[in-house]
Amino acid sequence: MKSFAYHQPGGIPEAAKLLSSVAESKLVAGGMTLIPTLKQRLAQPEALIDLSSLADLRGISDDGATITIGAMTPHAQVAASELVRGKIPALAALASMIGDPAVRNRGTIGGSVANNDPAADYPAGTLGLGATIVTNAREIAADAFFLGLFETALEAGEIITGIRFPVPLKAGYAKFKAPASRYALVGVFVAQLPAGVRVAVTGAGAGVFRVPPMEAALSNNFDASAIAAIKIDADGLTSDIHAEADYRAHLVTVMAKRAVGAALG
Amino acid sequence: MGNVIGIGAAPKRKEDQRFLTGRGNYVSDIKRPGMTAGVFVRSPHGHAVIRGIDKTAALAAPGVIAVLSGEDVAADGLGSLPCGWGISDAQGVPMKEPPFPMLAQGKARFVGDMVAFVVAETAEQANSAAELLNVDYEVLPSVVGVLEAVRPGAPQLFDDVPNNICCDWELGDKAAVETAFRKAAHVARLSLVNNRLIGNPMEPRAAIAEYEPGTDRHTLWSTSQFPHVVRFLMGALVLNIPQHKLRVVAPDVGGGFGVKQFHYGEEAVITWAARRVMRPVKWVASRSEGYVSDRHGRDHVTEAELALDEHGKFLAFRVKTLANMGGYLSTFGPNIPTNLYGPLLGGVYTTPAIYCNVKVVFTNTVPVDAYRGAGRPEATFVLERIVDVAATEMGIDRVELRRRNMIPKEAYPYQTPVLVQYDSGDPIGCLDGALVAADVKNFGVRKAASARKGKFRGLGYSTYVEACGLAPSRFAGRLGARGGLYESATVRVHPTGQVTVMIGTHNHGQGHETTFAQIVSDKLGVAFENIDIVFGDTDRVQFGMGTYGSRSLVVGGAALSKATDKVIVKGKKIAAHLLEASEMDIQFEAGKFSVAGTDRTKTFEEIAGAAYVPHDYPLEVLEPGLEEQAYYDPVNFTYPGGCHIAEVEVDPETGTVTLVNYTAVDDVGTVINPMIVEGQLHGGIVQGVGQALYENAVYDEGSGQLLSGSLMDYCMPRADHLPMMTVATHSTLCTHTPMGVKGCGEVGTIGSPAAVINAVVDALSHLGVTHVDMPATPNRIWRLLQNASLPVAAE
Ligand SMILES: Cc1cc2nc3c(=O)[nH]c(=O)nc-3n(C[C@H](O)[C@H](O)[C@H](O)COP(=O)(O)OP(=O)(O)OC[C@H]3O[C@@H](n4cnc5c(N)ncnc54)[C@H](O)[C@@H]3O)c2cc1C
Repeated sequence: MKSFAYHQPGGIPEAAKLLSSVAESKLVAGGMTLIPTLKQRLAQPEALIDLSSLADLRGISDDGATITIGAMTPHAQVAASELVRGKIPALAALASMIGDPAVRNRGTIGGSVANNDPAADYPAGTLGLGATIVTNAREIAADAFFLGLFETALEAGEIITGIRFPVPLKAGYAKFKAPASRYALVGVFVAQLPAGVRVAVTGAGAGVFRVPPMEAALSNNFDASAIAAIKIDADGLTSDIHAEADYRAHLVTVMAKRAVGAALG
Repeated sequence: MGNVIGIGAAPKRKEDQRFLTGRGNYVSDIKRPGMTAGVFVRSPHGHAVIRGIDKTAALAAPGVIAVLSGEDVAADGLGSLPCGWGISDAQGVPMKEPPFPMLAQGKARFVGDMVAFVVAETAEQANSAAELLNVDYEVLPSVVGVLEAVRPGAPQLFDDVPNNICCDWELGDKAAVETAFRKAAHVARLSLVNNRLIGNPMEPRAAIAEYEPGTDRHTLWSTSQFPHVVRFLMGALVLNIPQHKLRVVAPDVGGGFGVKQFHYGEEAVITWAARRVMRPVKWVASRSEGYVSDRHGRDHVTEAELALDEHGKFLAFRVKTLANMGGYLSTFGPNIPTNLYGPLLGGVYTTPAIYCNVKVVFTNTVPVDAYRGAGRPEATFVLERIVDVAATEMGIDRVELRRRNMIPKEAYPYQTPVLVQYDSGDPIGCLDGALVAADVKNFGVRKAASARKGKFRGLGYSTYVEACGLAPSRFAGRLGARGGLYESATVRVHPTGQVTVMIGTHNHGQGHETTFAQIVSDKLGVAFENIDIVFGDTDRVQFGMGTYGSRSLVVGGAALSKATDKVIVKGKKIAAHLLEASEMDIQFEAGKFSVAGTDRTKTFEEIAGAAYVPHDYPLEVLEPGLEEQAYYDPVNFTYPGGCHIAEVEVDPETGTVTLVNYTAVDDVGTVINPMIVEGQLHGGIVQGVGQALYENAVYDEGSGQLLSGSLMDYCMPRADHLPMMTVATHSTLCTHTPMGVKGCGEVGTIGSPAAVINAVVDALSHLGVTHVDMPATPNRIWRLLQNASLPVAAE
């Protein structure tokens, strides 16, 4: 690790100001992703801006049709939240499947979504529910937010303040854990919303993506049997030492069926 | 006054008090006055010519004290890292033994090969300077797999090692085996891969070195399993430091599994650097650095053939293996896939003729050496797998086929056709015990229940034996060992009767401080808490070969037992004098010396006191003091073994294998502490399960990059991968160790991979699957099912 300056802003505007005025600065949330890259010197920022003391970014609120989760809310809190468990149990289940207890107590939803790891879980939940990413500057629909491998629509100096999730009629998440990392080798989030069914896949490709044929089939008949025969094209999916692309493609169907099962269960 | 806690008791481990309260003393905890930080610059290429190293920018960086490279090593006339074993081919031609410089010279031969060492005031400064070191590499193609390395036209690691073959080794009677194959009613054939593993001790390697000009002494603190051996190899053969001027300390060490039982270049570089900069130098590896520098394990490609008669009797066994050595010969490297492999191919069976050929091959990978089990898991895997293949092909039940070929208990001692002679054992007893413990009788019911859930259930056996307690020196010498393999212990009785033991083995998780104290407590009647075990310091412990190869109790414990006996002998002489009796009439029991048939006694403490305050003492014939030392060189290996039964469930939809039951009934000889033995068996089994289902070190052919370079990509077994295990012992006593012990450190790792894979194959056998390579990952199983003859059952 290289030395860096450390800032602890007292409010979101101050954080935003630091981020745009301090050269080579980076936000740190739970640090679960950032700190290891600093230790390995893969990132060498001059300054870290720590969001941990911003109470505004923490917590879960409900306005009936949507649930908003503050960016600094750790996964463990989402997993345990009575509100989330009551209204979007699939999202609480997803949070409970992330990493291990230490990671869930430190890692945050804002950090996870901002990082957009191609095998992270929250991007599937966010895209699958058609959530809205709220920043200090604007609101971004999930469909426009995730732009591929670690790429998002966030502008320089933009800070995620929270994620707003519509409450679905039904939703389910099924995750096939990568054996070593336990990130998603393939994770599928399925949601039945008033506007139709959404199916979002993480882990399988360079970034989270939707599966229109499955969405159409499930909109007709929200049952695992409706998608059992839908095969995913392995072209463009990830092949690595853990799984070949055609195996990942196969798992998308299996996990989608299981996610529907979870949503109905 | 505490209690005597003797052999067979299961006290909690003495050492855990300090570990669990954060009061251990590991190398990275040590701080020395004026300490500097060292960082290694390692080759990012699998294979590259080092055209030159420009140190200017690195030397000019803030805080930098020194930048050392291969040229400096050569200029100082330092030696190459020695190999402790020299093997030969069938014609007696010695193995190719290219030099292994502590910092690369001319060429880098694996990703992680050390190219330079940067010393600075702080680790951050050293790391920053290391980034500025300008190494001019000419990148060459790498070769990482053994099959590729021996192919014509393959990249050559060394100019004078044609086809990258270090040694073409063989064992056994080739002609007798050929004859037997001609007469065979059936020949089973199997090609398999024994996957490459990374050891992953909890604590990464670390070292600190210091030079004291006043006494001209060097001290090295190192995460080592064998400090005396490091002192010898590094002092005498690499750095030319006289043994009395070099102290090596291996304090608390957080696990080893073999990874820390080699003399590493880092140790030599740091010790050398500390003298050059005249300040202590410290280096602590990161986990990622460990992955590209800790010696790896296994990595074989094998073809095996088993010849059987029409009744299923094994007639002959023939095995051809290519074994990966990595880029250089590590301390035990060439010994592992040869001497610790071929002699185990007899297993627990009466196979009369065995031939084994091993080509030991260099590749552009981290050097390969011993990892828990070392050679013996590989041998067991080949043998136990092919027995299943033969059983299936001949239509004979797997258990029945094993039973027909097992060495009966009465036939021990049993001479195998591959050098070793088993002293004792009861494989059929272990098998029968395991069949009951695993409830094999009701397996069909469990299989049917799994089938109702759409899962395939399988049962797998491994009935195995291993050779441990390394090692009889004379025998090892004939096989190519360049050192002795005895062990030593000193029992120091203090004037007040407490005891300090100095022993040459090294405790890094095995519980020696407890087990050895139990032996002394049992024999001397001294309270358990009044016994301390000292190890890991060449200035405090007389000598030792360290801990590996399940040798600590078998060889070190034997030395301790002998030294303790000598204390009793001397105590009797003192007691005879004080009690005015003949030495012959003195009995020692439960901590008391007494005159037989009388009530005249002296306590152990009284005798100790008299030895150190010799006012009334036979000084003419007996020296004062009560301290005895013994060296013990075993007459044979020990041969623990047993029967492991694994039960798995396969999800055909995803290919996931779940281990649902595991049973082990092992023959480990006398059990000193059943809790510790159970822990060793559990841990060993888990490591074997790791190899079978999860772990795989993968290199990229061509670039030589390690693709499984961190715990994010190298899958270790975890608690939730495992069922509760049933482990039990069914022991026969070793006939040649003082306490009848056989060792238990490696049995779990040796027996389990075959049991697990045999279970996976059994689960899939109805689909025509006859073999599954390790690790049996979901992707691999799914692929097999895709290619299998029958369609996958629907959910
Ligand atoms: C061992 C381990 C296992 C894990 N397993 C999983 C898993 O199974 N599934 C999974 O999904 N994840 C997993 N993770 C990731 C973890 O859950 C976190 O979600 C992730 O580390 C990011 O969250 P963080 O709060 O730690 O962010 P940080 O590491 O602090 O930051 C990550 C990035 O996001 C930026 N950032 C942070 N907050 C904001 C914000 N509010 N606005 C804009 N940018 C921001 C930072 O600048 C940085 O670039 C694992 C991590 C570890 C260490």
